[in-house]
Amino acid sequence: MMDSISFIELNAFNVTLLFIVGFIGGMVSGFIGSGGAFVLTPAMMTLGAPGIVAVASNIAHKFPKAIVAALKRHKYGHVDWKLGIIMGIFAELGMLAGKIVMSGIKDTYGDTGTSLYVSFIFVVVLAIVGGFVLRDAYKMYRAEQAGADVHEHKKTRLARWVQSVRIPGTMMYFTSLKAEVSVLFIIPLGFATGALASSIAVGGFIGVPGMIYVLGAPALMASATELVIAFVMGLGGTLLYAWDGVVDVRLAMIILAGSLFGVQLGAIGTTYVKDHTVKLVMGVIMITVLFSRFFYIPGYLSELGLIAPITEGTHHLLKAVGDGTLALALLLGAVIILGALLKGMAAHRKRHEQLAMVDGIEE
Amino acid sequence: MTINPASLNKAIIYGAASVALYYLLFLYADKTIEWATLTREGQKIYFLMPVVIPFVFSLVHGAFTAYFWDALGMKPAAQNNGK
Repeated sequence: MMDSISFIELNAFNVTLLFIVGFIGGMVSGFIGSGGAFVLTPAMMTLGAPGIVAVASNIAHKFPKAIVAALKRHKYGHVDWKLGIIMGIFAELGMLAGKIVMSGIKDTYGDTGTSLYVSFIFVVVLAIVGGFVLRDAYKMYRAEQAGADVHEHKKTRLARWVQSVRIPGTMMYFTSLKAEVSVLFIIPLGFATGALASSIAVGGFIGVPGMIYVLGAPALMASATELVIAFVMGLGGTLLYAWDGVVDVRLAMIILAGSLFGVQLGAIGTTYVKDHTVKLVMGVIMITVLFSRFFYIPGYLSELGLIAPITEGTHHLLKAVGDGTLALALLLGAVIILGALLKGMAAHRKRHEQLAMVDGIEE
Repeated sequence: MTINPASLNKAIIYGAASVALYYLLFLYADKTIEWATLTREGQKIYFLMPVVIPFVFSLVHGAFTAYFWDALGMKPAAQNNGK
């Protein structure tokens, strides 16, 4: 069966589309630590790549992109390598567990069953975590508008509790947390990040909020550390898929061409923003992705015979709207990041000009 | 927008190297498909190609994109480490 896999024909349209989606996805990744996969995989499948090739090629472009972005953000002092590597190793285990669950569902309910399962996970995780992240971003924004000092990163009550627990023999110091935390709290977080990554391809939707709200890391450091986790997971995933011979290197490298431009820009963007902007972008993307899923669900339910059958035309229309909403999620994120970057650069330049003027008068 | 000449030179050098790599990729596109097919057929020696190729591309193309934005004046703000 494996031998029947065919790699798609490359033409100018395919290459341009993958380059652009790669660029936007890269920008979001450089900024919030993950993203892009949920648009890239469907985009490749729309162009005709079999599902497994799309997933494999996406992972093969993800690990080099993640390390380039992580090194960039390391220069800005955002990366906690120790936390990233430890979470990455357990994420790898989570990914394997996620794969087993997926195969089990596939064997029992077929492809539609797995699609429904993925949609269900999407909706539940994104509703809970996305809502929480967005509410937090809004609260920080309001406090800033009211003149409060939000420069100081505030830890949640949960994070303060996690940092207060002392379990002998498991304590480790992490620079991002500026505290010792028991590895026993990090293991389930890493595991969940990997399990989510293997089902919806975006583990960062658990990893980043987990590091912020459970462990107490600042959002900027959490999003940068997620890149290390993505690298460890991506490398492991690529080795597995490459062993099966299902990676289309051409596709992966075309996406990488665009995404490395985006990643650099997204990483530069983080140096101009405060913590709440990272949370805002993440929250907006998560909630938009959540809505996109509602358009797929009727199709799956009808295929499984759980609701009255819907026509082929309606099915295609709903899927197109769903894919469009996904693209919109990424585009929205990209617009907010670019806006923040340009605004930040203009303000920065103005400040420098004022300083230069003051210097000039003093001379 | 101010162009940074030092970064521009490096962007041109890495850009040329990146273009060369992508030219080779398109030239040997069929070969990459062949490697994948051979891997599926059991010749596992080729399985490292999808790991090595992305590493090489990300080194060269990553350096190019960094100098590219730098040359265009897209620089990070000084001192913001998320505090």
